Amino acid sequence: MKKLGKIYMALVLFFLYIPIFVLIVFSFNETKSRSVFSGFTLEWYERLFKNEIIISSLINTIIIAVVASIAATVLGTLAAIGINSMRKVPKAIVLNVTNMPVINPEIVTGVSLMLLFVFFAARMNFEFGFVTLLIAHITFNVPYVILNVMPKFKQMDPNLFEAAQDLGCSPFSALYKVILPEIMPGIVSGFLMSFTFSLDDFVVSYFTSGSTSQTLPITIYSMTRRKISPEINALSTLIFIVVVIVLIVKNIIENRQFKKEKREA
Amino acid sequence: MENIISLKNIVVNFDNEQILKCINLDIKDKEFVTLLGPSGCGKTTTLRIIGGFLTPDSGDVMLEGKRINDLPPHKRDVNTVFQRYALFPHLNVYDNIAFGLRVKKLPEKEIQKRVGEMLEMVNLMGYEKRSVNRLSGGQQQRVAIARALVNRPKILLLDEPLGALDLKLRKDMQTELRKIQQALELTFVYVTHDQEEALTMSDTVVVMNNGTIQQIGSPTDIYNEPINAFVADFIGESNIVNGKMPEDCLVEFAGKQFKCVDKGFSPDETVDVVVRPEDVKIIPASEAKLTGIVESVVFKGVHYEMIVDSVDHKWMIHSTKYEPEGTMIGMTFDPYDIHIMKKLKED
Amino acid sequence: MKKLKVFAAPYLVWMIVFIAVPLLMVAYFAFTDDNGAFTVEHIANVGQYANIFIRSIWLALIATVICLIIAYPVAFMLSRMKKHHQGTMLMIVMLPMWMNFLLRTYAWMTLLGNNGLINYLFSLIGLGPFKLINTEGAVVLGMVYNYLPFMILPLYSVMVKIDKSVLEAASDLGCNSASTLFRVVIPLSVPGIMSGITMVFVPAISTFIISRMLGGGSNLLIGDLIEMQFLGNSYNPHLGAGISLVLMVIILLIMTIMNQFDPDDQVLI
Repeated sequence: MKKLGKIYMALVLFFLYIPIFVLIVFSFNETKSRSVFSGFTLEWYERLFKNEIIISSLINTIIIAVVASIAATVLGTLAAIGINSMRKVPKAIVLNVTNMPVINPEIVTGVSLMLLFVFFAARMNFEFGFVTLLIAHITFNVPYVILNVMPKFKQMDPNLFEAAQDLGCSPFSALYKVILPEIMPGIVSGFLMSFTFSLDDFVVSYFTSGSTSQTLPITIYSMTRRKISPEINALSTLIFIVVVIVLIVKNIIENRQFKKEKREA
Repeated sequence: MENIISLKNIVVNFDNEQILKCINLDIKDKEFVTLLGPSGCGKTTTLRIIGGFLTPDSGDVMLEGKRINDLPPHKRDVNTVFQRYALFPHLNVYDNIAFGLRVKKLPEKEIQKRVGEMLEMVNLMGYEKRSVNRLSGGQQQRVAIARALVNRPKILLLDEPLGALDLKLRKDMQTELRKIQQALELTFVYVTHDQEEALTMSDTVVVMNNGTIQQIGSPTDIYNEPINAFVADFIGESNIVNGKMPEDCLVEFAGKQFKCVDKGFSPDETVDVVVRPEDVKIIPASEAKLTGIVESVVFKGVHYEMIVDSVDHKWMIHSTKYEPEGTMIGMTFDPYDIHIMKKLKED
Repeated sequence: MKKLKVFAAPYLVWMIVFIAVPLLMVAYFAFTDDNGAFTVEHIANVGQYANIFIRSIWLALIATVICLIIAYPVAFMLSRMKKHHQGTMLMIVMLPMWMNFLLRTYAWMTLLGNNGLINYLFSLIGLGPFKLINTEGAVVLGMVYNYLPFMILPLYSVMVKIDKSVLEAASDLGCNSASTLFRVVIPLSVPGIMSGITMVFVPAISTFIISRMLGGGSNLLIGDLIEMQFLGNSYNPHLGAGISLVLMVIILLIMTIMNQFDPDDQVLI
């Protein structure tokens, strides 16, 4: 039974990894063939780094992700603090609306924002581009920040805020000195979630980007629409390596914390 | 009375650590046996071997003379009350209790009758439809007991079942469990680290430490005749001091010689001397071989608990007589209250 | 803490302008024509695409069921591993999901293609070539591959909370492995099953990338239909809004049904 389980697990992992490994192997293939490996080359990597569209969209993606996730984190954290002190009914309404971008299919979020931007673009004379993209990213990121921060209030002692004031803090410094540290883990995970979603988003960006400001996923999409280009393979390989490194570092940090907590306990 | 369960030379290793080192234990039919010891002593492991959740690395588990090492739990006539009850959170009280009977595909009518009996026995009539998540600790405990007993097992295993309850409730449940065991004439194997619980409820107490059985005996035997300093210390409170035996029935400790009743030690053998706090008698200091200064006095209801500082040991004394802190008192012991024990080998 | 309400003000403005208003605009566009007059014409026209709706629902459903079947044992085994192995194993299972969605789909495109690796391997043993890409099967495969982790994760997080002693109790009370599964494990993992189903079904039914990249032009899904109305050749935002609205309603209905199975876990906090 245990052996069977291991075989099953191995098969599932095989299914999950094999396409990625094939991409990686063929990123070093001399010819454009997708089935026969004819010789080793780094040509595709070279071409990738010389491809200005890819490089500029990569930079654009990172800028958008950084700005959008920071803005979403600030907006969302303030929102969570405010929502938490609302009465039951307004709170429920706000949370339900906040949930819409999470529940809705991405395409609906994208289309709805596009309609809004089209409406204003016609009347206020602006074009789709960096600003619309940024607004769209902030919009789908904020709910994740709020959803990460809100539960921290539930875990918090409800008298904490009063206790800080009782001990001489002004409401503002109580917020800063007591509440903020308590909800920090939620803020951080909300930020990280926003950042990765922004980096990875295609659907919403696709409907809100216009031609002047492309993100990497959009560039990838237009590359896949055209002919086979092994540069995509090279790009996948690099992204895979980055992901593996990031996750391993994350795992090591978590293991250390785990061991530290264990030792302290 | 015959043995219903026998454990023969049981060894269990876990992550290169020996959890059980050659356990031999016979449990008689209709007996209330308690496995007692500090955490990590192997008592729960022993219970899990009887339940079938763990296969020993070597040795035999015998149920009514048949070897059952490889029989899975669901084929054993043994049921368990788990430490934190392990009730099924998706089922209500009735369905939790009926679970085992439904697995056996008993007719619904029979199930209804038997579950009803159990609910009555554990005093939970009217709670049938209640979600188990909405019960108090004591009630969950009762459901766990009913869920196990409704299957009419030959043996009921209980893994620290009262650990999570408050003191008052625990005392009530102790009496109740003992009553149930006697009424149903079942074998109970009970695991606890609470020595008082073990002494109150059991026919036989098995004291364990470090994966070995230290002593098996009735509660009175265990209390009055602990076999070594560990048992003495673990069961009740004890003063344990180093001593030696110059000759039979004479022990020397704290630089003085006292009469005792133990013999059979080699001359001048170093021993553990154990005296229960209630067996230390207070006499005027001028008449005593052993004197000390009262360091603290705490009123405990029935008696005063005193810590008396003397030569090389702080003595704990339970006495109904009050001596203020700082007084010099004398101590004496009746010969039969001095228990001499062979030194435990350090391992 | 009542005074702190003001902190929500900037977000409330944002929420109204960029979440609520756009969604209302979808509804507005769905029910108006080019001149802004009320009409149900577009909603009525959605009926013409019934076959696409049915295909989308059907393919998403198949993909969801396959995901559930594959993911369930994986999640269970993960949840029963030793604690310190669980984190690492979970990371290994989730790692492919961190690759960009388009790249993962592109990988299958190259594998399934007529000149792709799979057909090449077949040709080595004298078979094929088979038409693998641009089929419904390829679309389902793409959905399963991309959304499988979304099924594993919620199942795992529910199963990891099932105490080992509960499974032992079932075994103690006479259950063999199969009856433990059906009487205890499955009933206790219902919330995970339900959220896994929603997390796979919603993106699967609304995707347009997978169908475009693996389904060719012939296997249009709802997502393709919407995309075509806004960015494609047949520009018609009113119809697009109508289709989006119907899609939202379908998904809301399904989620309401799913929530019925999940008594103690409210979706909204």
